[in-house]
Amino acid sequence: MILTIAAKEIKILFVSPLAWVFLAVIQLIFTWVFLGRLDAFIELQSQLMLIANPPGATEVIIVPVYAVASIVLLMATPLLTMRLIAEEWRNHTMPLLMTAPITVTAIVLGKFAGLMFFFLIIIFLVGLLPFSLFLGGTMDLGLILSNTIGLLLLAASFVSLGLYVSSLTTHPAIAAAGTLGILMMLWIVDIVSTDWGDLLPNLSLLKHYEQFNRGMIDSSSVVFFMLFIISFLVLTIRRLDGSRLHG
Amino acid sequence: MNEFTCTLIAHDLSRQFGQNMAVQGIEIELKQGEVLGLLGPNGAGKSTTMQMLSGNLAPTRGSIQICGIDLLDHPEKAKQHIGYLPEIPPLYKELTVDEYLCFVARLHGVQSSQILDALAHVKDRCGLSQVGKKLIGILSKGFQQRVGIAQAIIHQPKVIILDEPSVGLDPNQIREIRELIRELGKTASIILSTHILSEVETICDRVQILNKGGVVYSAALSDLKQKSINLEQIFEQFTLKKELVGDY
Repeated sequence: MILTIAAKEIKILFVSPLAWVFLAVIQLIFTWVFLGRLDAFIELQSQLMLIANPPGATEVIIVPVYAVASIVLLMATPLLTMRLIAEEWRNHTMPLLMTAPITVTAIVLGKFAGLMFFFLIIIFLVGLLPFSLFLGGTMDLGLILSNTIGLLLLAASFVSLGLYVSSLTTHPAIAAAGTLGILMMLWIVDIVSTDWGDLLPNLSLLKHYEQFNRGMIDSSSVVFFMLFIISFLVLTIRRLDGSRLHG
Repeated sequence: MNEFTCTLIAHDLSRQFGQNMAVQGIEIELKQGEVLGLLGPNGAGKSTTMQMLSGNLAPTRGSIQICGIDLLDHPEKAKQHIGYLPEIPPLYKELTVDEYLCFVARLHGVQSSQILDALAHVKDRCGLSQVGKKLIGILSKGFQQRVGIAQAIIHQPKVIILDEPSVGLDPNQIREIRELIRELGKTASIILSTHILSEVETICDRVQILNKGGVVYSAALSDLKQKSINLEQIFEQFTLKKELVGDY
């Protein structure tokens, strides 16, 4: 049943031009950054040789690409998550899902899985960039892997938050603005807070992602992402259940 | 009336929105192969009742049994037997009719080997065979309504709940839909709400009139015909009465 809902979400996503435009624009941005860094690396290569322990191609070229990817996803996710539930209410299609013999959990997980499939495509497309460099040399596979895992967890966190905000309103635009606002706050929280103890900066999603970006799979960051994802999925399920109870 | 013949039993059904009692103590019993018409002025609680019967809204009080299964305790099991057409048909306008109906069939747990059969059958019944490849968004209101009915019956439910099925249709389409409902009523139980009294007279076996959240009148259509009572008079009598009393 989860797969049925996920398949429907993917279908609706890809029958509109939004998804295609999205993939094209995002790929353009990534490739631009990638080529820019590649240029810089080739220029610097002779100087890098002189350093005792020089940074490799992966660190100079690929790490910045993934850093940019995280910020692009932060900006882009609200546009994709906004319609997940808000539009079901706006178009009065929610009764169809509610009347069907499936649980609210299946509805929420199906929608989550559907959009995650789309993000898997994006992450796959980003991954193609470093793999193209295998033609000319060796890359740091571990670093690419940790970046990929990080980006996946980050995207899942964005989607679960966006899904929840989308369930709070019947206007997709409000859901988009709300999600973007919260994601931005979670981004800058470590810059703004200086003396608030250790708690507040730890809420920053991108700060946790930085660990992965540097090539370190930090288990506390993994746990943080997992908790974040599960919390918002549970909140969404409770919200949909509540709509049945409170009308 | 035992549980074997009753496909739907709602007992003491009530729903409160804040301070406002939208539906109060409604009793509905539906036998297999029976068509029940719910009548009532706007705001009488028809749609709220139907939302509760279809599992879209939790009742504040009362119980609902579908084919002997409690809807509130075992929602997934009970909902297998329900087909529901809300007031506004729940259509994904960016999908084609075929894509949409396939999705609905899968959603209701129709076996994948039987989906194509179910699809062909339901399209034939609802007169959608010509428009299977068209986007729902470009169909006329009448066709969209038919797609709405098709999604409610594709899994051959035992209880079909139709909220104003003939609204927005032209007279020919209304006649077709009435024929369809009468045919469906041979095998399944149907509850439908409407504002058109003649619709009740032509397709329903029984009528319940709702006013201000409660059932004020309930009778079998055959009885009414026997006693040659006019439904319109009864409707006026039971839905206007209280206000008239208040005026005098």
